Amino acid sequence: MELFIQLTLTGLTNGAILALAALGFVLIYKASDVINFAQGEFLLIGGYVVYGMVAQFGLAWPLGMLITIAIAIGLGAVVERLVLRPLIGEPIISVIMVTIGLSSLLKAIVSTIWGNQPKAFPPFIPSTPVNIMGATIGADRLWAIVIAIVMLGLFTFFFRRSKEGIAMRAVADDQQAALSMGISVKKIFAWAWSIAAISASIGGALVANIVGVSQELSHFGLRVFPVVILGGLDSIPGAIVGGIIIGLLETYTGGYVGHGLNQVAPFAILILILMVRPYGLFGQEIIERV
Amino acid sequence: MLSLNNIEVIYNDVILVLKGMSMEVPEGKIVGLLGSNGAGKSTTLKAISGLLKPEDGEVTDGGIVFKGEKIHHMDASDIVRKGIFQVMEGRRVFEHLTTEENLIAGGYTRSDGAQARADIEMVYEYFPRLKDRRHQTAGYLSGGEQQMLAIGRALMAKPQLMMLDEPSLGLAPLLVQEIFEIIKRINQEQGTTILLVEQNANLTLGVADYAYIMESGRIVLDGYPDDLRANADVREFYLGLTEVGSRKSYREVKHYKRRKRWLS
Repeated sequence: MELFIQLTLTGLTNGAILALAALGFVLIYKASDVINFAQGEFLLIGGYVVYGMVAQFGLAWPLGMLITIAIAIGLGAVVERLVLRPLIGEPIISVIMVTIGLSSLLKAIVSTIWGNQPKAFPPFIPSTPVNIMGATIGADRLWAIVIAIVMLGLFTFFFRRSKEGIAMRAVADDQQAALSMGISVKKIFAWAWSIAAISASIGGALVANIVGVSQELSHFGLRVFPVVILGGLDSIPGAIVGGIIIGLLETYTGGYVGHGLNQVAPFAILILILMVRPYGLFGQEIIERV
Repeated sequence: MLSLNNIEVIYNDVILVLKGMSMEVPEGKIVGLLGSNGAGKSTTLKAISGLLKPEDGEVTDGGIVFKGEKIHHMDASDIVRKGIFQVMEGRRVFEHLTTEENLIAGGYTRSDGAQARADIEMVYEYFPRLKDRRHQTAGYLSGGEQQMLAIGRALMAKPQLMMLDEPSLGLAPLLVQEIFEIIKRINQEQGTTILLVEQNANLTLGVADYAYIMESGRIVLDGYPDDLRANADVREFYLGLTEVGSRKSYREVKHYKRRKRWLS
């Protein structure tokens, strides 16, 4: 039983962070149909920037976090402006290729500034063990869950209730109609990329806090794929639920079955679910009126 | 209020769609723009609302003036802020948003949040059916309801000039009647100027204060509805009537020889 709770909590942590990374991915896909292969690098940058702020400049972590978010907004806007806007009207596949290039570029920038050696992260959230129903878990992991849930809640609220959020979903539905009501599609794309960068870099900071910073962080980006395909590429709730399912699945198989299988299990389940629901658990079915 | 002077529109740098199109839309009136498929009606509206750019179209000659200001090089979002709102052909509701979210998106350019929320109620007064469906996904509304939603979205923006592109498309005759009556009411009660693009000549001449007839990229006839109704060519080619009482017969070879006079 302790093992179960232990695994559940660990899985939830991973899942919540995965969900944050997946959220940005879904958002970009939803707004512009682009599959962003650089999402993992956004995580990487988030982790390293927080590292730079907290460990190298010695800032208090809330301040470091705020600066990281500001940098993420800037990064998203710059990427949209310099890389994607010139590609408006080009085939989607070109844009997707460009994001692959972007991922190499971002990785290179990080290793130029911080080098290739993994670095221990001065945990800004203490990892004092907490005892929950017999299982022990680091406080940092609990905090990661809390922060991720709060962020996901804020994003959900933003998309459901705020005018900008609704406009963003409108653009995802029909760009030209959105344009005809005065919604600036360019601005919305910039927003989408910025929010994607924010959520990924917060995710990155949370991972970094637990395992330290290294280039490995960007591999988190790959693990986002089963999450988004499972949840539905264009569904925000799907990203959240998908993230948690994959997170739990990985730790359960890792804990109960054994080594290595935890890497495979998510993909096996993924195939099963796609057989039943080809557009993902929450993906939008194409609305057809008969 | 709005005037088009000799505008020329070219798509993809080669296809000339509007060839010296001119028209006037006076404030507070309903102006009809009639014409068959491919005459350039929708292109005209898109030229006004700035929606040509995403389709690779461009106004290459002439000018569009709205309230004394040239608008043909402005971005679509600026033109909406100036008070021109186009209801696009084929309704184009945001399918995955609810009815109410669609309306909120319609009022996107407004900065008066509280008033905008109150205006949602005003839209529901015009279209009570939308109120029943307010939390439903718009993609599952019926065609008529979607058209109402498209017009409601336009109302939310409080435009001075509302341009409607074939609101009758694909709707049952009774519904079309209903929608035209509401268009007339909007014009009278809100004082919104309306530019109505249609293929349904009969209904349009019924509500419009003035009408233009368009063919292959230019205006070929214009006049007050009563005068147009009396015009023999309009009667034959747009209203499907022949001389009083006589039924049309394709046996009359003469029919084939007769051409629209303005085309020669």
